[in-house]
Amino acid sequence: MKNIDWRYVLRLGLIAGVVVAYVSAIGVLVTFNSRSIVAGVLTLGQLILYIAPLWAGYLVGKKVLADGGSYLESLLSGLGVGVLSMVPVLGLIILPHALLPNLRRIFVNISPDLITLLTFQQESLLSGSLLLVGLMTALGLVGSATHLIPTQVRRPLAIALLWVVLVGMFSELLIQILRPLNRTLVTTFFQGNALKSNIALALFAITAALNWIVTSQRETVKTQIKQLPSDYQKGLYIASLVLVFILFMLLPRVVGSFLSEVLVNVGLYILMGLGLNIAIGLAGLLDLGYVTNFAIGAYIMGVLTSTSSLGRGQLSFWVVIPICIVSAMITGFLLALPVLRMRGDYLAITTLGFGEIIRLLALSDWLRPLIGGAQGIVFIPKPAIFDFVFGTSSQLYYIVFFGCLLVLFVSVRLNNSRTGRQWMALREDEDAAKAMGIDTIQTKLLAFTLSAASGGLAGAIFASKLGTIFPNSFDLLVSINVLALIIVGGMGSIPGIMVGALVLIGLPELLREFAEYRLLAYGVLLIVMMLARPEGLIPSEIRQRELHDEEVISTVENPSA
Amino acid sequence: MALLEVNDVHTYYGNIHALKGISLTVEEGEVVCLIGGNGAGKTTTLRTICGLLRPRQGSVLFRGHDIIDFPPHTLISKGIAMVPEGRGVFAKLTVTENLELGAYYRQDKEGIKKDMENVFSLFPRLRERQKQLAGTMSGGEQQMLAMGRALMAQPRLLLLDEPSMGLAPVLVEAIFDIIQTINKDGVTILLVEQNAHMALQVGHRGYVLQTGEIVLSDTAKALQQNATVQKAYLGIE
Ligand SMILES: Nc1ncnc2c1ncn2[C@@H]1O[C@H](COP(=O)(O)OP(=O)(O)OP(=O)(O)O)[C@@H](O)[C@H]1O
Ligand SMILES: [Mg+2]
Repeated sequence: MKNIDWRYVLRLGLIAGVVVAYVSAIGVLVTFNSRSIVAGVLTLGQLILYIAPLWAGYLVGKKVLADGGSYLESLLSGLGVGVLSMVPVLGLIILPHALLPNLRRIFVNISPDLITLLTFQQESLLSGSLLLVGLMTALGLVGSATHLIPTQVRRPLAIALLWVVLVGMFSELLIQILRPLNRTLVTTFFQGNALKSNIALALFAITAALNWIVTSQRETVKTQIKQLPSDYQKGLYIASLVLVFILFMLLPRVVGSFLSEVLVNVGLYILMGLGLNIAIGLAGLLDLGYVTNFAIGAYIMGVLTSTSSLGRGQLSFWVVIPICIVSAMITGFLLALPVLRMRGDYLAITTLGFGEIIRLLALSDWLRPLIGGAQGIVFIPKPAIFDFVFGTSSQLYYIVFFGCLLVLFVSVRLNNSRTGRQWMALREDEDAAKAMGIDTIQTKLLAFTLSAASGGLAGAIFASKLGTIFPNSFDLLVSINVLALIIVGGMGSIPGIMVGALVLIGLPELLREFAEYRLLAYGVLLIVMMLARPEGLIPSEIRQRELHDEEVISTVENPSA
Repeated sequence: MALLEVNDVHTYYGNIHALKGISLTVEEGEVVCLIGGNGAGKTTTLRTICGLLRPRQGSVLFRGHDIIDFPPHTLISKGIAMVPEGRGVFAKLTVTENLELGAYYRQDKEGIKKDMENVFSLFPRLRERQKQLAGTMSGGEQQMLAMGRALMAQPRLLLLDEPSMGLAPVLVEAIFDIIQTINKDGVTILLVEQNAHMALQVGHRGYVLQTGEIVLSDTAKALQQNATVQKAYLGIE
């Protein structure tokens, strides 16, 4: 007993409890309950309900073991958080609901649906509540019991579980993709819009086994590849690149029009993310006005190609694209001039202002004759090559894809170049960089200018994709989104940006029916990320070092791992 | 012609008159020490020489050319490298990355490789720590890294601002030994120190700075014998 930190158990248990009560009271559970993951077994709402005690159990179990406790003590603490995690929801929701039915007038989300959900359709509230307490306690226990399983086994199991949840959650999309190919496939795998339970079990087993094989074989395969002659290695590398390329080229055909649309949006944000990453991730310049470049690209595309009365020139998309990029770069350069001497917070606030100025300019009556004010610009044609029009999302996908490839190539080259090192030094210490012979003024200007380029490109594609643009598409939220995806993905990390865009832009599109909780989820995600993994999902090597200095010094692993 | 010639330099921080007409010379191949108490203006002098501060009056000649109008980042390619007070290593970068940045302005890959090897043989400790983050190294190791990084620029004149600050006596001696080695390899050194005792042992000549003015200048030997210096900076009554 002496190794259990009861205050920690109490704290975590109550945190988990508050989370459960909160998601219940604001209606998240009921809304998300409509999405079924495994037919008849698990819904998204239930999953959210279960995660808190499971996670809390996992954490206390880990802590107790790290403090030198026995497995029994760790299980006991898991049991404790499990029980505690139910106290608030019982006390705040179920009991008052039973005693004071009028409560619903105030808390509209405490509906009979919620209560049925929380009490598992039991007739009597008492037996339902007991069932809930029992289940949550068990989940806390299971959370702490995960430490009994060796890591090599636990990881594949966790990953397999994640796969089942993902596949189940997006069953509807998969069904849409599969149905045209083979109808029986759909009926064998899915029931309604969820996985069949036996299929879910099979999927779990298969992914777990696959993951186990992959992780156990990875090292040997790696060393085998290393032993190959370098020509072979190179060939293998190129072959895998080609394979990935082909996969991406086939993607829109496979996934259908809705997912293509999502991919196009994700792609536009990847473009912007890669651009802003140059300023923030590489050069350390916190630019909060990135939307400026996006707006410049979009409006120039609009004005120069539109067939409406505002259109000037009605040039071709392909002619205007370079103009958009160059204009964004010029703007980036000009806006960098006044902020050259600013650092950190001051730079952030000033650039934030620039972003707003652009939106207000677009809205203003003054520029109305040129760019349409609040009415925006309409009749922007889709891109076309001769007679082929990139009309649908599955076609626009290719333009975005090649745009991303181009910017990706440039980013990687820059990252490993002399310029990349200049930025690295600038980010670390401006004065020391000067002493090394780095022209910091020129370096900053270059960062802002290059960073703007792909924002202009994204804006241009965005304008002709939508066909109409309005000032309100260019608000602060765009800058924030781009910044957030960089942070979530991993500052300065190029793969991180892609993952960040998928998670922050792609996922919300796929969870459209929960749109009202979108910002909430966003906030939760950011907070959790900052606490649990501040370096991002796929951190760059340098960032990881920065945030985990201590761990480099003391490489003591926790005993459970 | 002296390698470095500072003539009647006046430097201000806003209204604070930090340097009140400093003049000094450093000949090719010398180790010249600049000693003085806290706030005397030693750091200010070095920052003025390497262009981080602009004097209101006076001139700084390097190999006969006035360098006052040159921005700081251009001086390293002219042959002036500085190891700033508090070392100024890139804390989040590795030892190797720091050294590479020291050679930033150079293009000759082969030469850079050779110099990296030289730095490692001068500071074997750095070789062992190539992959370590500069910020996690001990104070002495960081000082070695800062000096090594400055050497990567192949300077003709090395400005050192209190290299012994905060180091254990054994390390202080090691650092001063290395300063002598570097000097024997042909690098001229302007050394700012509070540890006047050690500085005057490795230096050829010295200047004594007091509240922004040079109050004494002589050979290192003579300064060691000088009664005022002994009393004020060497702790000899
Ligand atoms: N950035 C600054 N702003 C205003 N005053 C400054 C600034 N830097 C230095 N000073 C002042 O200029 C004078 C000379 O400072 P300097 O740093 O050159 O002293 P120092 O001889 O290097 O002292 P130490 O041995 O303590 O490093 C001091 O009075 C100091 O307060
Ligand atoms: Mg000083």
